[in-house]
Amino acid sequence: MSEIIKLYIDGRKVEAEAGSTLLEAARSCGAEVPTICYHEHCSSYGLCRLCVVEVEGQRTLAPACVVEIEEGMDVKTQSDRVVRSRRTILEMLDSAVDLSEAPEIVEQLAVYGADRERFSGGTERTPEIIDDNPMFIRDYSQCVLCWRCVQVCAEDAQYAFAINFSGRGYETSITTSYEKSLTESSCVFCGQCVGVCPTGALKPKREWLLEAGTEPSEIMRMTRSERRKKRRRQERPYQVVSSTQEERDDDKR
Amino acid sequence: MISDSRKVTTTCPYCGVGCGLDLHIKNDYIYRVTSDYDNVVNQGNLCVKGRFGYDYIYSERRVTVPLIRKTTQKAGQRRQAFDISEWRESSWDEALDYTADRLAEIYDRDGSDALAVYCCAKASNEDNYLLQKLFRAVFRTNNVDHCTRLCHAGSVVALQMAIGSAAMSNTASEVVESDCFIVTGSNTPENHPIIGLQMKDAVYKHGSKLIVIDPRKLELCEYAELWLPLKPGTNVPVFSAMAHVIVDENLCDTKFVSERTTGFDEFRKSLQKFTPEYAETISGVDRQLIVEAARLYARAERGAIYWGMGISQLAHGTASALGLVHLALLTGHVGRRGTGLNPLRGQNNVQGASDMGCMPYHYPGYMEVNNPDNAAIWEKAWNIQPEGLSRDKGLTTTEILGNVRPGGVRALYIMGENPMMTEPNLNATRHHMEGLEFLVAQDLFINESGAYADVFLPATSWAEKDGTFTNTDRRVQRVRKAIEPRGQVRSDWEIISDLAQRLEHRLEREKSAYWDYSGPEEIFGEMCSIVPEYAGVTYERIDKVGLQTPVPDEEHPGTPYLFEAEFPAGKAQFFPLEYVPVVEKPDDEYPFILTTGRLLEHWHGGTMTRNSQLGELYPEARVEVHPIDANRNGLDDGGAVQVSSRRGEIILRARVTEKTNPGVVFIPMHFVEAAANLLTIDALDPQAKIPEFKACAVKMQRVNEELLPNPSARLERGRW
Repeated sequence: MSEIIKLYIDGRKVEAEAGSTLLEAARSCGAEVPTICYHEHCSSYGLCRLCVVEVEGQRTLAPACVVEIEEGMDVKTQSDRVVRSRRTILEMLDSAVDLSEAPEIVEQLAVYGADRERFSGGTERTPEIIDDNPMFIRDYSQCVLCWRCVQVCAEDAQYAFAINFSGRGYETSITTSYEKSLTESSCVFCGQCVGVCPTGALKPKREWLLEAGTEPSEIMRMTRSERRKKRRRQERPYQVVSSTQEERDDDKR
Repeated sequence: MISDSRKVTTTCPYCGVGCGLDLHIKNDYIYRVTSDYDNVVNQGNLCVKGRFGYDYIYSERRVTVPLIRKTTQKAGQRRQAFDISEWRESSWDEALDYTADRLAEIYDRDGSDALAVYCCAKASNEDNYLLQKLFRAVFRTNNVDHCTRLCHAGSVVALQMAIGSAAMSNTASEVVESDCFIVTGSNTPENHPIIGLQMKDAVYKHGSKLIVIDPRKLELCEYAELWLPLKPGTNVPVFSAMAHVIVDENLCDTKFVSERTTGFDEFRKSLQKFTPEYAETISGVDRQLIVEAARLYARAERGAIYWGMGISQLAHGTASALGLVHLALLTGHVGRRGTGLNPLRGQNNVQGASDMGCMPYHYPGYMEVNNPDNAAIWEKAWNIQPEGLSRDKGLTTTEILGNVRPGGVRALYIMGENPMMTEPNLNATRHHMEGLEFLVAQDLFINESGAYADVFLPATSWAEKDGTFTNTDRRVQRVRKAIEPRGQVRSDWEIISDLAQRLEHRLEREKSAYWDYSGPEEIFGEMCSIVPEYAGVTYERIDKVGLQTPVPDEEHPGTPYLFEAEFPAGKAQFFPLEYVPVVEKPDDEYPFILTTGRLLEHWHGGTMTRNSQLGELYPEARVEVHPIDANRNGLDDGGAVQVSSRRGEIILRARVTEKTNPGVVFIPMHFVEAAANLLTIDALDPQAKIPEFKACAVKMQRVNEELLPNPSARLERGRW
């Protein structure tokens, strides 16, 4: 049995095993800390910063998924500073990425009252859907760069190392080396990446065709080239959320 | 996004790992497969087959109505009928009556042993239990076998001889607890992909040392401390030389050897000639590598051995596997966590089908058929008069076809197998299939074997039925009906029960062996009530997490690793070995050794995967040739080449790669248009009757691209 650490989360006294993260400790006492890039079965790198919390005496906000608990820490998971930070992250994501198939993130937009107009006028990411293999499509207009797919393709699961980040800043994207097709890359099509994708960016081809209204019998009859026909991107079906509590409740209904 | 979908949890139908699957279904159409990240077997990870390879169940080529051949087939003139126009649709009544009439006629005329059956390592425990029951209880023959004969028979026989139990001794995921493990004759990342991941984790995250002993430079070699690139068929000298080093350098666990084994002194004498130098001259492996491998494994606190068909599929497959057993016995690397003797079983339910007695020498639970006490147990269970069951050992898979002739086997019942792809020397197999008087195929597709049948009984796929599979580490897991059966297809157990009742009526049996089952759970219960290893397993107990056999009673938690206190045989036995070369050595005319195997994207005879999108992902066979050999023979990467042996020839593209060794070429077994088994040799291991798939002599000749069976199929893959 490892050492037990005592700390305070939102004023409550919490005990947890040494080596636990702030996120684990917070969730163990029922405090809600939202996440995007975090996945229980992947390594955590604190990329999305949605899980930030405020630790008394620390200059910057702490990403809860990677910071380990320390004795006597005083942690606030919903302080104004935390909420404002999370809202900004969500607003920036919303301004650039199609979140229509990420219901958990859309829910957070509502919870944090993210204002769609705040970063309006920016450039949306609208890369073409990549349909380069028989198994799954890649629609990076929906990619939130959570990095889970890269992790499971590497040491977190598959050791295939087929995909990684490329580019910097706004230009960052997930790609194969030299932007080869997945079939020519070291990909083994295990689909671990599809399994952990939190949005609709990675999707089995059959699911994608079914959504487009193709009948199963037709999917089975299609030749590969027929299946490759591109589907036009739809308008975002979800609404701009407002920040009052009543409207938020309305949204949930 | 898709709404109104439902999710069904079940077990993967492909390899022996037995991954848990969550099928996401809308309107009976499976559109996505995921897995629970808390699953004890696969921790949420899947491979390409489990994740995407299920679509064959919806294929338009699938047969969903019972079929009878329009033209009556005669022994010796039987022909394949792939085209549906050569069959007529029938009702189930007509198809089963016809089947029962013909089988009863042959039984009445020629007796029990004119009939034989191939059970199916893809089908459930319930289906397999029932099919062997049909042939034993109704026809009174032990001519019951399945594809285990073609995959791990050498390992099974060796383990039975040496320790008295043939299953994998430890749990696969325990590999991360080993500080050294040997992988030999197994391309684990392609053939047991999830165990492959666990092996990589063991090396990468847990500091385990990996020793690969294999004639191919596999992906795992990248993770290995040592790679011993031996020539195909030289396992015995390499393993024996390792044993020689272990004994010579006093690295034995002497306590273990003296307390738990017998025959050491004689074995020790037999090792004298197996020096590393001698092994080097035969296997081509540097003597120093052999010494280092022996030391690394022997000095480990927890050493484990994992092996595949590179060990068993040889005419000395039993001896090869014994060579590995010896290493574990010398070092005491068995009977503890993270150690063990682990033959990686190929099929999803090959362990289960073997447990269910789908073998010619054993009833369910490995009870030998020639022991009258065992026979009496099953006579009582199946309501058969004393002395009613046959006490004679039956024919093995390979012997069944070899005995097709007047006075021998006349009728064959094939459930889900495809010998016309998976037997060695297919031209001989073809001749045997043509000689059958009556052939029943129970399958999803008219495959190369079913095309010879007189009657085709369309069965449910794994997604359309309930039951259980037993995976490679002995875990009994639930398979669940996820979608309604297509067309008129019926579950295997229903077909078998229905047929059995019609047969008992025709054969005027006084008492029925009981076929009136309410469903798979009742069948499973009947089996568990007699087989001690399954006594404590119930559907309720394995609803969420499977149990690892033996499970002797309903309180027992299952057995993650075996042989902690003793071996089923009491003391384990050493067997002095001799080096026996492969049957067909390369010579001037046929200068290359061909070794065969499998690919990540495909499954065995291809009945499933070549009717799936997986076919698009890996559309053609390639022969792997080392650059030195390619140069010498004027072969280009991607160019067409004819590969011939003394038994047949095929044309396919070459893949020039250093992943195979000079003098050795590799061809995957899955592609009918370039069937590797047209080339392989039908030499058998004398004890296990397993064929020598892993070594025969071939020659290669560059040919015109137009001669390729399908020139437009072009493989463009960058994976290992």
